[in-house]
Amino acid sequence: MSARVLVGVKRVIDYAVKIRVKPDHTGVVTDGVKHSMNPFCEIAVEEAVRLKEKKLVKEIVAVSCGPQQVQETIRTALAMGADRGIHVEVSGKDYETLGPLQVSKIMAALAKKEEADLIILGKQAIDDDCNQTGQMTAALLDWPQGTFASELTLEGGKLKVVREVDGGLETIMINMPAVVTADLRLNTPRYATLPNIMKAKKKKIANVKPADLGVDVTSRLEVLNVDEPAQRLAGVKVETVEDLVGKLKESGRI
Amino acid sequence: QSTLVVAEHNNDTLTPITLNAITAANKVGSDVSCLVAGTNCAKVAEQLSKVQGVKKILIAQHAAYKGLLPEELTPLILATQKQFGFTHICAGASAFGKNLLPRVAAKLDVAPISDIIEIKSADTFVRTIYAGNALSTVKCNESVKIFTVRGTSFEPAAVDGGSASSEEVSSSAAAGVSEWLEQTLTKSDRPDLASAKVVVSGGRGLKSGDNFKLLYDLADQLNAAVGASRAAVDAGYVPNDMQVGQTGKIVAPELYIAVGISGAIQHLAGMKDSKTIVAINKDPEAPIFQVADYGLVADLFKVVPELTEALKK
Repeated sequence: MSARVLVGVKRVIDYAVKIRVKPDHTGVVTDGVKHSMNPFCEIAVEEAVRLKEKKLVKEIVAVSCGPQQVQETIRTALAMGADRGIHVEVSGKDYETLGPLQVSKIMAALAKKEEADLIILGKQAIDDDCNQTGQMTAALLDWPQGTFASELTLEGGKLKVVREVDGGLETIMINMPAVVTADLRLNTPRYATLPNIMKAKKKKIANVKPADLGVDVTSRLEVLNVDEPAQRLAGVKVETVEDLVGKLKESGRI
Repeated sequence: QSTLVVAEHNNDTLTPITLNAITAANKVGSDVSCLVAGTNCAKVAEQLSKVQGVKKILIAQHAAYKGLLPEELTPLILATQKQFGFTHICAGASAFGKNLLPRVAAKLDVAPISDIIEIKSADTFVRTIYAGNALSTVKCNESVKIFTVRGTSFEPAAVDGGSASSEEVSSSAAAGVSEWLEQTLTKSDRPDLASAKVVVSGGRGLKSGDNFKLLYDLADQLNAAVGASRAAVDAGYVPNDMQVGQTGKIVAPELYIAVGISGAIQHLAGMKDSKTIVAINKDPEAPIFQVADYGLVADLFKVVPELTEALKK
Protein backbone atom coordinates (compact mmCIF):
# COMPACT_ATOMS: atom_id res chain seq x y z
CA MET A 1 0.00 0.00 0.00
CA SER A 2 1.22 3.47 -0.80
CA ALA A 3 -0.81 5.42 1.67
CA ARG A 4 0.09 8.79 3.07
CA VAL A 5 -0.70 9.47 6.71
CA LEU A 6 -1.15 12.86 8.33
CA VAL A 7 -0.48 12.98 12.05
CA GLY A 8 -1.46 15.95 14.18
CA VAL A 9 0.90 16.87 17.01
CA LYS A 10 -0.04 19.45 19.61
CA ARG A 11 2.37 21.33 21.84
CA VAL A 12 0.94 21.47 25.36
CA ILE A 13 2.12 22.22 28.88
CA ASP A 14 3.98 19.12 30.05
CA TYR A 15 1.74 16.68 31.90
CA ALA A 16 3.92 16.82 35.03
CA VAL A 17 3.72 20.61 35.43
CA LYS A 18 1.45 21.99 38.13
CA ILE A 19 -1.01 24.32 36.43
CA ARG A 20 -1.36 27.87 37.73
CA VAL A 21 -4.26 30.13 36.82
CA LYS A 22 -3.23 33.68 35.84
CA PRO A 23 -4.12 36.31 38.46
CA ASP A 24 -6.20 38.21 35.87
CA HIS A 25 -8.25 35.05 35.14
CA THR A 26 -7.65 35.14 31.39
CA GLY A 27 -5.99 31.74 31.23
CA VAL A 28 -3.23 29.67 32.77
CA VAL A 29 0.44 30.60 33.11
CA THR A 30 2.38 29.32 30.08
CA ASP A 31 5.48 31.55 30.09
CA GLY A 32 8.61 29.79 31.30
CA VAL A 33 6.68 26.54 31.72
CA LYS A 34 7.92 23.24 30.27
CA HIS A 35 5.99 22.15 27.19
CA SER A 36 5.93 18.75 25.45
CA MET A 37 4.02 16.90 22.79
CA ASN A 38 0.52 15.99 23.95
CA PRO A 39 0.82 12.36 25.17
CA PHE A 40 -2.04 11.15 22.95
CA CYS A 41 -0.34 12.71 19.91
CA GLU A 42 2.78 10.67 20.75
CA ILE A 43 0.64 7.55 20.57
CA ALA A 44 -0.73 8.72 17.20
CA VAL A 45 2.78 9.27 15.82
CA GLU A 46 3.91 5.88 17.12
CA GLU A 47 0.99 4.15 15.41
CA ALA A 48 1.79 5.82 12.10
CA VAL A 49 5.45 4.81 12.41
CA ARG A 50 4.47 1.21 13.12
CA LEU A 51 2.26 1.18 10.01
CA LYS A 52 5.21 2.44 8.02
CA GLU A 53 7.50 -0.19 9.50
CA LYS A 54 4.99 -2.80 8.37
CA LYS A 55 5.16 -1.17 4.93
CA LEU A 56 1.47 -0.35 5.02
CA VAL A 57 2.08 3.35 4.49
CA LYS A 58 4.73 5.12 2.50
CA GLU A 59 4.89 8.55 4.07
CA ILE A 60 4.10 10.18 7.40
CA VAL A 61 3.53 13.92 7.55
CA ALA A 62 3.48 15.54 11.01
CA VAL A 63 1.36 18.68 11.33
CA SER A 64 1.24 21.22 14.13
CA CYS A 65 -0.57 24.55 14.38
CA GLY A 66 0.84 27.39 16.45
CA PRO A 67 3.72 29.82 16.85
CA GLN A 68 7.39 29.15 16.07
CA GLN A 69 7.81 26.88 19.11
CA VAL A 70 5.56 24.15 17.69
CA GLN A 71 8.40 23.32 15.31
CA GLU A 72 10.08 21.63 18.30
CA THR A 73 7.04 19.40 18.61
CA ILE A 74 7.20 18.60 14.90
CA ARG A 75 10.93 17.79 15.31
CA THR A 76 10.03 15.31 18.04
CA ALA A 77 7.62 13.59 15.64
CA LEU A 78 10.30 13.56 12.94
CA ALA A 79 12.75 12.00 15.42
CA MET A 80 10.19 9.31 16.19
CA GLY A 81 9.97 8.44 12.49
CA ALA A 82 7.72 10.91 10.65
CA ASP A 83 9.13 11.83 7.23
CA ARG A 84 8.39 15.53 7.01
CA GLY A 85 6.55 18.24 8.82
CA ILE A 86 4.09 21.03 8.13
CA HIS A 87 4.06 23.98 10.47
CA VAL A 88 0.79 25.87 10.20
CA GLU A 89 1.70 29.26 11.53
CA VAL A 90 -0.83 30.74 13.95
CA SER A 91 0.29 33.28 16.52
CA GLY A 92 -0.84 36.07 18.82
CA LYS A 93 -4.56 36.52 19.36
CA ASP A 94 -5.43 33.89 16.75
CA TYR A 95 -3.38 31.30 18.64
CA GLU A 96 -5.08 32.18 21.93
CA THR A 97 -8.49 31.49 20.46
CA LEU A 98 -7.46 28.60 18.21
CA GLY A 99 -9.80 25.71 18.95
CA PRO A 100 -10.65 22.25 17.65
CA LEU A 101 -13.01 23.61 14.94
CA GLN A 102 -10.30 25.78 13.39
CA VAL A 103 -7.68 23.04 13.68
CA SER A 104 -10.08 20.57 12.05
CA LYS A 105 -10.53 22.93 9.11
CA ILE A 106 -6.76 23.16 8.76
CA MET A 107 -6.33 19.38 8.99
CA ALA A 108 -9.10 18.77 6.46
CA ALA A 109 -7.60 21.29 4.02
CA LEU A 110 -4.16 19.70 4.39
CA ALA A 111 -5.58 16.21 3.93
CA LYS A 112 -6.98 17.28 0.57
CA LYS A 113 -3.85 19.12 -0.47
CA GLU A 114 -1.56 16.26 0.51
CA GLU A 115 -3.94 13.58 -0.77
CA ALA A 116 -3.81 11.76 2.54
CA ASP A 117 -5.45 8.37 2.98
CA LEU A 118 -5.43 8.36 6.73
CA ILE A 119 -5.28 10.92 9.52
CA ILE A 120 -4.22 9.78 12.98
CA LEU A 121 -4.73 12.15 15.91
CA GLY A 122 -4.70 11.83 19.68
CA LYS A 123 -8.19 11.40 21.10
CA GLN A 124 -7.81 14.42 23.35
CA ALA A 125 -5.30 17.11 24.28
CA ILE A 126 -4.42 17.29 27.95
CA ASP A 127 -4.68 21.09 28.03
CA ASP A 128 -8.23 21.89 26.85
CA ASP A 129 -9.49 18.28 27.28
CA CYS A 130 -11.86 18.85 24.34
CA ASN A 131 -11.78 15.47 22.56
CA GLN A 132 -13.22 16.92 19.33
CA THR A 133 -10.62 17.46 16.62
CA GLY A 134 -10.63 13.95 15.11
CA GLN A 135 -14.40 13.73 14.95
CA MET A 136 -14.66 17.20 13.39
CA THR A 137 -11.92 16.60 10.85
CA ALA A 138 -13.69 13.42 9.75
CA ALA A 139 -16.96 15.34 9.44
CA LEU A 140 -15.47 18.11 7.32
CA LEU A 141 -13.97 15.55 4.94
CA ASP A 142 -17.04 13.30 5.05
CA TRP A 143 -14.74 10.47 6.06
CA PRO A 144 -15.60 7.79 8.60
CA GLN A 145 -14.05 8.02 12.05
CA GLY A 146 -12.49 5.42 14.32
CA THR A 147 -12.20 7.26 17.62
CA PHE A 148 -10.66 6.14 20.94
CA ALA A 149 -8.79 3.36 19.15
CA SER A 150 -7.00 0.68 21.14
CA GLU A 151 -6.25 -1.50 18.13
CA LEU A 152 -5.92 -0.68 14.45
CA THR A 153 -5.64 -3.14 11.56
CA LEU A 154 -5.61 -2.51 7.82
CA GLU A 155 -7.66 -5.14 6.04
CA GLY A 156 -8.13 -4.99 2.28
CA GLY A 157 -8.32 -1.22 2.01
CA LYS A 158 -10.48 -0.94 5.10
CA LEU A 159 -9.63 -0.26 8.70
CA LYS A 160 -10.67 -2.47 11.55
CA VAL A 161 -10.73 -0.39 14.70
CA VAL A 162 -11.20 -1.67 18.22
CA ARG A 163 -12.56 1.23 20.26
CA GLU A 164 -12.53 1.95 23.98
CA VAL A 165 -16.17 2.53 24.96
CA ASP A 166 -17.76 2.98 28.38
CA GLY A 167 -18.52 -0.62 29.18
CA GLY A 168 -15.67 -2.34 27.37
CA LEU A 169 -14.61 -2.55 23.74
CA GLU A 170 -16.34 -2.14 20.40
CA THR A 171 -15.10 -3.23 16.98
CA ILE A 172 -15.95 -1.34 13.81
CA MET A 173 -14.86 -1.61 10.18
CA ILE A 174 -14.48 1.66 8.31
CA ASN A 175 -13.70 2.61 4.74
CA MET A 176 -10.56 4.51 3.87
CA PRO A 177 -9.74 7.36 3.73
CA ALA A 178 -10.53 7.76 7.42
CA VAL A 179 -9.67 9.56 10.63
CA VAL A 180 -8.50 7.56 13.63
CA THR A 181 -7.97 8.93 17.13
CA ALA A 182 -5.60 7.19 19.51
CA ASP A 183 -6.53 6.05 23.00
CA LEU A 184 -4.03 5.09 25.70
CA ARG A 185 -3.70 1.41 25.00
CA LEU A 186 -3.12 1.65 21.25
CA ASN A 187 0.64 1.37 21.77
CA THR A 188 3.53 2.55 23.91
CA PRO A 189 5.37 5.35 22.11
CA ARG A 190 9.10 4.96 21.57
CA TYR A 191 11.70 7.39 22.78
CA ALA A 192 13.54 9.22 20.05
CA THR A 193 17.15 8.01 19.97
CA LEU A 194 20.03 10.43 19.57
CA PRO A 195 20.90 9.28 16.03
CA ASN A 196 17.26 9.73 15.06
CA ILE A 197 17.14 13.17 16.67
CA MET A 198 20.18 14.10 14.57
CA LYS A 199 18.56 12.70 11.43
CA ALA A 200 15.37 14.60 12.16
CA LYS A 201 17.25 17.88 11.92
CA LYS A 202 17.71 17.26 8.22
CA LYS A 203 14.06 16.49 7.57
CA LYS A 204 11.97 19.25 6.01
CA ILE A 205 9.33 21.33 7.74
CA ALA A 206 7.16 23.34 5.37
CA ASN A 207 5.59 26.55 6.57
CA VAL A 208 2.03 27.50 5.69
CA LYS A 209 -0.53 29.95 6.99
CA PRO A 210 -4.21 29.14 7.54
CA ALA A 211 -5.12 31.70 4.85
CA ASP A 212 -2.97 29.78 2.32
CA LEU A 213 -5.26 26.84 2.99
CA GLY A 214 -8.38 28.99 2.75
CA VAL A 215 -9.13 28.60 6.43
CA ASP A 216 -10.58 31.40 8.52
CA VAL A 217 -9.43 30.94 12.12
CA THR A 218 -11.99 33.26 13.71
CA SER A 219 -13.54 31.68 16.79
CA ARG A 220 -17.08 32.25 17.99
CA LEU A 221 -16.30 30.96 21.46
CA GLU A 222 -15.30 33.53 24.03
CA VAL A 223 -13.51 32.54 27.21
CA LEU A 224 -14.92 34.90 29.84
CA ASN A 225 -12.97 33.63 32.83
CA VAL A 226 -10.50 31.00 33.88
CA ASP A 227 -10.68 30.24 37.59
CA GLU A 228 -9.12 27.97 40.17
CA PRO A 229 -11.40 25.11 41.13
CA ALA A 230 -12.55 24.93 44.74
CA GLN A 231 -9.81 23.25 46.72
CA ARG A 232 -10.66 20.18 48.70
CA LEU A 233 -9.45 20.41 52.26
CA ALA A 234 -7.32 17.56 53.49
CA GLY A 235 -9.15 15.61 56.15
CA VAL A 236 -7.83 13.57 59.01
CA LYS A 237 -5.52 10.60 59.29
CA VAL A 238 -6.98 7.56 60.99
CA GLU A 239 -4.79 5.03 62.74
CA THR A 240 -6.70 1.78 62.40
CA VAL A 241 -9.42 0.08 60.38
CA GLU A 242 -11.79 0.27 63.39
CA ASP A 243 -11.17 3.99 63.55
CA LEU A 244 -11.94 4.33 59.82
CA VAL A 245 -15.13 2.27 60.03
CA GLY A 246 -16.21 4.37 63.04
CA LYS A 247 -15.67 7.62 61.16
CA LEU A 248 -17.55 6.38 58.09
CA LYS A 249 -20.47 5.24 60.22
CA GLU A 250 -20.51 8.58 62.05
CA SER A 251 -20.71 10.45 58.77
CA GLY A 252 -23.41 8.11 57.49
CA ARG A 253 -21.43 6.86 54.50
CA ILE A 254 -21.77 3.20 55.47
CA GLN B 1 -34.95 28.34 23.00
CA SER B 2 -35.45 24.70 22.18
CA THR B 3 -33.09 21.89 22.99
CA LEU B 4 -32.57 18.47 21.46
CA VAL B 5 -31.13 15.79 23.72
CA VAL B 6 -29.69 12.85 21.81
CA ALA B 7 -30.63 9.77 23.84
CA GLU B 8 -28.10 7.03 24.45
CA HIS B 9 -29.43 3.51 24.78
CA ASN B 10 -28.95 -0.11 23.74
CA ASN B 11 -32.46 -0.56 22.23
CA ASP B 12 -33.52 -2.04 25.54
CA THR B 13 -32.74 0.52 28.21
CA LEU B 14 -31.83 4.16 28.35
CA THR B 15 -28.24 4.87 29.44
CA PRO B 16 -28.45 6.78 32.77
CA ILE B 17 -26.32 9.74 31.61
CA THR B 18 -29.16 10.72 29.25
CA LEU B 19 -31.18 11.63 32.35
CA ASN B 20 -28.42 13.99 33.51
CA ALA B 21 -28.34 15.54 30.04
CA ILE B 22 -32.12 16.10 30.20
CA THR B 23 -31.68 18.01 33.48
CA ALA B 24 -28.98 20.14 31.86
CA ALA B 25 -31.23 20.76 28.84
CA ASN B 26 -33.97 22.03 31.15
CA LYS B 27 -31.56 24.59 32.58
CA VAL B 28 -31.30 26.08 29.11
CA GLY B 29 -35.06 26.26 28.65
CA SER B 30 -38.18 24.17 29.12
CA ASP B 31 -38.68 23.19 25.48
CA VAL B 32 -36.80 19.88 25.48
CA SER B 33 -37.08 17.15 22.87
CA CYS B 34 -35.31 13.81 22.86
CA LEU B 35 -34.13 11.95 19.78
CA VAL B 36 -34.18 8.18 20.04
CA ALA B 37 -32.51 6.53 17.08
CA GLY B 38 -31.96 2.82 16.81
CA THR B 39 -32.94 -0.40 15.14
CA ASN B 40 -35.76 -1.28 17.49
CA CYS B 41 -36.16 1.37 20.12
CA ALA B 42 -39.88 1.54 20.92
CA LYS B 43 -39.14 0.31 24.43
CA VAL B 44 -36.66 3.10 25.08
CA ALA B 45 -39.06 5.68 23.68
CA GLU B 46 -41.69 4.34 26.10
CA GLN B 47 -39.28 4.75 29.05
CA LEU B 48 -38.36 8.25 27.91
CA SER B 49 -41.96 9.35 27.52
CA LYS B 50 -42.35 9.15 31.33
CA VAL B 51 -39.20 11.08 32.13
CA GLN B 52 -39.87 14.50 33.61
CA GLY B 53 -38.75 17.49 31.61
CA VAL B 54 -39.16 15.96 28.16
CA LYS B 55 -41.85 17.50 25.94
CA LYS B 56 -41.46 15.52 22.79
CA ILE B 57 -39.79 12.34 21.67
CA LEU B 58 -38.55 11.97 18.15
CA ILE B 59 -38.15 8.38 17.07
CA ALA B 60 -36.07 7.22 14.13
CA GLN B 61 -35.72 3.53 13.37
CA HIS B 62 -33.54 2.14 10.63
CA ALA B 63 -31.28 -0.87 10.17
CA ALA B 64 -28.42 1.56 9.51
CA TYR B 65 -28.57 2.76 13.13
CA LYS B 66 -27.17 -0.52 14.37
CA GLY B 67 -24.32 0.29 16.74
CA LEU B 68 -25.31 3.99 16.71
CA LEU B 69 -22.45 4.91 14.39
CA PRO B 70 -21.76 8.65 14.09
CA GLU B 71 -21.55 8.46 10.29
CA GLU B 72 -25.20 7.32 10.26
CA LEU B 73 -26.60 9.39 13.12
CA THR B 74 -25.09 12.71 12.02
CA PRO B 75 -27.26 13.16 8.88
CA LEU B 76 -30.32 12.24 10.95
CA ILE B 77 -29.54 14.84 13.63
CA LEU B 78 -28.84 17.47 10.97
CA ALA B 79 -32.18 16.77 9.29
CA THR B 80 -33.97 16.89 12.64
CA GLN B 81 -32.29 20.16 13.55
CA LYS B 82 -33.31 21.61 10.21
CA GLN B 83 -36.91 20.49 10.61
CA PHE B 84 -37.42 21.72 14.16
CA GLY B 85 -34.86 24.54 14.37
CA PHE B 86 -33.36 23.57 17.70
CA THR B 87 -31.16 26.26 19.23
CA HIS B 88 -29.28 23.74 21.39
CA ILE B 89 -28.21 20.13 20.89
CA CYS B 90 -26.73 18.09 23.72
CA ALA B 91 -25.92 14.59 24.91
CA GLY B 92 -24.10 13.01 27.83
CA ALA B 93 -20.32 13.29 27.82
CA SER B 94 -19.94 9.53 27.45
CA ALA B 95 -17.99 7.63 24.79
CA PHE B 96 -21.18 7.86 22.68
CA GLY B 97 -21.77 11.61 23.07
CA LYS B 98 -18.12 12.52 22.68
CA ASN B 99 -17.89 10.50 19.51
CA LEU B 100 -21.04 11.89 17.94
CA LEU B 101 -21.65 15.55 18.80
CA PRO B 102 -18.39 17.04 17.49
CA ARG B 103 -19.19 15.44 14.13
CA VAL B 104 -22.61 17.06 14.12
CA ALA B 105 -21.12 20.41 15.17
CA ALA B 106 -18.50 20.44 12.41
CA LYS B 107 -21.24 19.81 9.85
CA LEU B 108 -23.06 22.87 11.14
CA ASP B 109 -19.80 24.84 11.24
CA VAL B 110 -20.14 25.49 14.95
CA ALA B 111 -17.68 24.91 17.77
CA PRO B 112 -19.06 22.43 20.31
CA ILE B 113 -18.38 22.63 24.04
CA SER B 114 -17.30 19.41 25.71
CA ASP B 115 -18.12 18.02 29.10
CA ILE B 116 -19.81 21.02 30.69
CA ILE B 117 -20.24 21.09 34.48
CA GLU B 118 -22.49 24.15 34.82
CA ILE B 119 -24.90 26.22 32.75
CA LYS B 120 -24.72 29.94 33.56
CA SER B 121 -27.18 31.00 30.89
CA ALA B 122 -28.44 29.79 27.52
CA ASP B 123 -25.12 30.71 25.94
CA THR B 124 -22.61 30.52 28.78
CA PHE B 125 -21.17 27.29 30.11
CA VAL B 126 -18.50 26.20 32.59
CA ARG B 127 -16.15 23.32 31.86
CA THR B 128 -12.92 22.02 33.30
CA ILE B 129 -9.58 22.25 31.53
CA TYR B 130 -6.13 20.88 32.41
CA ALA B 131 -7.53 17.80 34.14
CA GLY B 132 -9.79 19.86 36.35
CA ASN B 133 -7.00 22.17 37.53
CA ALA B 134 -8.79 25.16 36.06
CA LEU B 135 -12.40 26.06 35.30
CA SER B 136 -13.16 27.83 32.07
CA THR B 137 -16.32 29.89 31.61
CA VAL B 138 -17.13 30.00 27.91
CA LYS B 139 -19.64 32.14 26.07
CA CYS B 140 -20.83 30.49 22.90
CA ASN B 141 -21.77 32.87 20.08
CA GLU B 142 -22.70 30.10 17.63
CA SER B 143 -26.14 30.04 16.01
CA VAL B 144 -26.67 26.51 17.34
CA LYS B 145 -25.10 25.62 20.66
CA ILE B 146 -23.82 22.08 20.92
CA PHE B 147 -22.50 20.60 24.15
CA THR B 148 -21.90 17.39 26.04
CA VAL B 149 -22.83 17.14 29.70
CA ARG B 150 -20.79 15.73 32.56
CA GLY B 151 -23.16 13.30 34.23
CA THR B 152 -21.88 13.83 37.76
CA SER B 153 -22.54 17.58 37.60
CA PHE B 154 -26.30 17.40 36.97
CA GLU B 155 -28.91 15.41 38.90
CA PRO B 156 -30.69 12.75 36.84
CA ALA B 157 -34.20 13.73 35.68
CA ALA B 158 -37.02 11.83 37.42
CA VAL B 159 -37.97 8.71 35.47
CA ASP B 160 -41.70 8.97 36.10
CA GLY B 161 -44.40 11.57 36.11
CA GLY B 162 -43.62 12.90 32.65
CA SER B 163 -45.90 12.68 29.64
CA ALA B 164 -44.05 13.43 26.44
CA SER B 165 -45.67 13.20 23.05
CA SER B 166 -43.89 11.23 20.40
CA GLU B 167 -43.40 11.58 16.70
CA GLU B 168 -41.59 9.57 14.05
CA VAL B 169 -38.89 11.39 12.15
CA SER B 170 -37.82 10.19 8.77
CA SER B 171 -34.62 8.31 8.51
CA SER B 172 -31.99 9.40 6.09
CA ALA B 173 -30.41 7.04 3.59
CA ALA B 174 -27.55 4.96 4.97
CA ALA B 175 -24.11 6.51 4.56
CA GLY B 176 -22.59 3.05 4.38
CA VAL B 177 -18.97 4.01 5.07
CA SER B 178 -18.71 2.28 8.42
CA GLU B 179 -19.92 -0.95 9.90
CA TRP B 180 -20.43 -1.97 13.50
CA LEU B 181 -19.08 -5.47 14.08
CA GLU B 182 -19.28 -6.29 17.77
CA GLN B 183 -19.13 -5.11 21.32
CA THR B 184 -17.39 -6.95 24.13
CA LEU B 185 -18.65 -5.47 27.33
CA THR B 186 -17.01 -6.27 30.62
CA LYS B 187 -19.51 -8.43 32.48
CA SER B 188 -20.15 -7.42 36.03
CA ASP B 189 -22.87 -7.87 38.60
CA ARG B 190 -21.63 -4.79 40.38
CA PRO B 191 -23.16 -1.34 39.98
CA ASP B 192 -22.11 0.79 37.03
CA LEU B 193 -18.92 2.73 37.76
CA ALA B 194 -20.24 6.07 36.53
CA SER B 195 -23.39 5.99 38.68
CA ALA B 196 -22.47 3.85 41.72
CA LYS B 197 -22.94 5.38 45.18
CA VAL B 198 -19.73 3.76 46.40
CA VAL B 199 -16.57 3.22 44.36
CA VAL B 200 -13.49 1.28 45.40
CA SER B 201 -10.48 1.97 43.18
CA GLY B 202 -7.06 0.41 42.99
CA GLY B 203 -3.73 1.69 41.71
CA ARG B 204 -0.27 0.44 41.05
CA GLY B 205 0.05 -0.41 44.75
CA LEU B 206 -2.11 -3.48 44.07
CA LYS B 207 0.91 -4.93 42.24
CA SER B 208 -1.11 -7.27 39.99
CA GLY B 209 -4.47 -7.82 38.38
CA ASP B 210 -5.05 -10.86 40.62
CA ASN B 211 -4.73 -8.72 43.71
CA PHE B 212 -7.76 -6.69 42.58
CA LYS B 213 -9.72 -9.57 44.15
CA LEU B 214 -9.10 -7.82 47.46
CA LEU B 215 -11.02 -4.84 46.12
CA TYR B 216 -13.83 -6.95 44.65
CA ASP B 217 -14.31 -8.58 48.07
CA LEU B 218 -14.44 -5.17 49.71
CA ALA B 219 -16.77 -3.84 47.00
CA ASP B 220 -19.16 -6.74 47.60
CA GLN B 221 -19.63 -5.60 51.20
CA LEU B 222 -20.40 -2.05 50.11
CA ASN B 223 -22.40 -2.74 46.95
CA ALA B 224 -19.66 -0.73 45.27
CA ALA B 225 -18.32 -0.44 41.74
CA VAL B 226 -14.62 -1.08 41.22
CA GLY B 227 -12.40 1.39 39.40
CA ALA B 228 -8.71 1.86 38.81
CA SER B 229 -6.08 4.50 38.26
CA ARG B 230 -4.46 4.98 34.87
CA ALA B 231 -1.25 3.51 36.32
CA ALA B 232 -3.07 0.25 37.06
CA VAL B 233 -4.56 0.22 33.54
CA ASP B 234 -1.19 1.03 31.94
CA ALA B 235 0.42 -1.77 33.95
CA GLY B 236 -2.18 -4.13 32.46
CA TYR B 237 -3.82 -5.07 35.77
CA VAL B 238 -7.35 -4.21 34.63
CA PRO B 239 -9.18 -3.10 31.45
CA ASN B 240 -9.40 0.55 30.45
CA ASP B 241 -13.14 0.80 31.02
CA MET B 242 -12.33 0.75 34.75
CA GLN B 243 -10.14 3.82 34.49
CA VAL B 244 -11.13 6.81 36.62
CA GLY B 245 -9.46 10.05 35.62
CA GLN B 246 -8.96 12.81 33.09
CA THR B 247 -8.98 10.41 30.17
CA GLY B 248 -11.17 7.77 31.75
CA LYS B 249 -14.42 8.08 33.64
CA ILE B 250 -15.43 10.96 35.86
CA VAL B 251 -17.12 9.72 39.02
CA ALA B 252 -18.60 11.50 42.02
CA PRO B 253 -19.98 8.85 44.37
CA GLU B 254 -20.95 9.41 48.00
CA LEU B 255 -17.96 7.36 49.06
CA TYR B 256 -14.74 6.83 47.12
CA ILE B 257 -12.10 4.50 48.53
CA ALA B 258 -8.70 4.87 46.85
CA VAL B 259 -6.45 1.91 47.55
CA GLY B 260 -2.76 1.93 46.62
CA ILE B 261 -3.30 5.04 44.48
CA SER B 262 -0.71 7.81 44.75
CA GLY B 263 -3.07 10.52 43.50
CA ALA B 264 -1.65 11.80 40.20
CA ILE B 265 -3.31 14.98 38.91
CA GLN B 266 -5.03 13.10 36.13
CA HIS B 267 -6.57 10.61 38.57
CA LEU B 268 -7.79 13.35 40.92
CA ALA B 269 -9.54 14.91 37.91
CA GLY B 270 -11.82 11.89 37.79
CA MET B 271 -12.81 11.60 41.44
CA LYS B 272 -12.25 14.74 43.46
CA ASP B 273 -15.94 15.67 43.43
CA SER B 274 -16.74 12.53 45.43
CA LYS B 275 -18.55 13.44 48.64
CA THR B 276 -16.29 11.46 50.97
CA ILE B 277 -12.85 10.22 49.99
CA VAL B 278 -10.93 7.54 51.84
CA ALA B 279 -7.29 6.87 50.94
CA ILE B 280 -5.32 3.81 51.91
CA ASN B 281 -1.65 4.02 51.01
CA LYS B 282 1.56 3.03 52.73
CA ASP B 283 3.32 6.23 51.61
CA PRO B 284 2.35 9.05 54.02
CA GLU B 285 3.52 11.61 51.44
CA ALA B 286 1.20 10.36 48.66
CA PRO B 287 -0.74 13.33 47.16
CA ILE B 288 -3.99 11.40 47.47
CA PHE B 289 -3.96 12.25 51.21
CA GLN B 290 -4.29 15.93 50.30
CA VAL B 291 -7.80 15.34 49.00
CA ALA B 292 -8.83 12.51 51.32
CA ASP B 293 -11.30 13.07 54.14
CA TYR B 294 -9.96 10.00 55.89
CA GLY B 295 -6.44 8.78 55.28
CA LEU B 296 -5.05 5.48 56.49
CA VAL B 297 -1.30 5.10 56.16
CA ALA B 298 -0.92 1.33 56.06
CA ASP B 299 -0.09 -1.72 54.00
CA LEU B 300 -3.14 -2.30 51.85
CA PHE B 301 -2.59 -6.06 51.79
CA LYS B 302 -3.12 -6.08 55.54
CA VAL B 303 -5.85 -3.47 56.04
CA VAL B 304 -8.11 -4.07 53.04
CA PRO B 305 -8.99 -7.64 54.18
CA GLU B 306 -9.43 -6.25 57.72
CA LEU B 307 -11.81 -3.62 56.40
CA THR B 308 -13.78 -6.24 54.44
CA GLU B 309 -14.08 -8.36 57.60
CA ALA B 310 -15.08 -5.36 59.72
CA LEU B 311 -17.88 -4.53 57.26
CA LYS B 312 -19.25 -8.10 57.45
CA LYS B 313 -20.00 -7.61 61.12
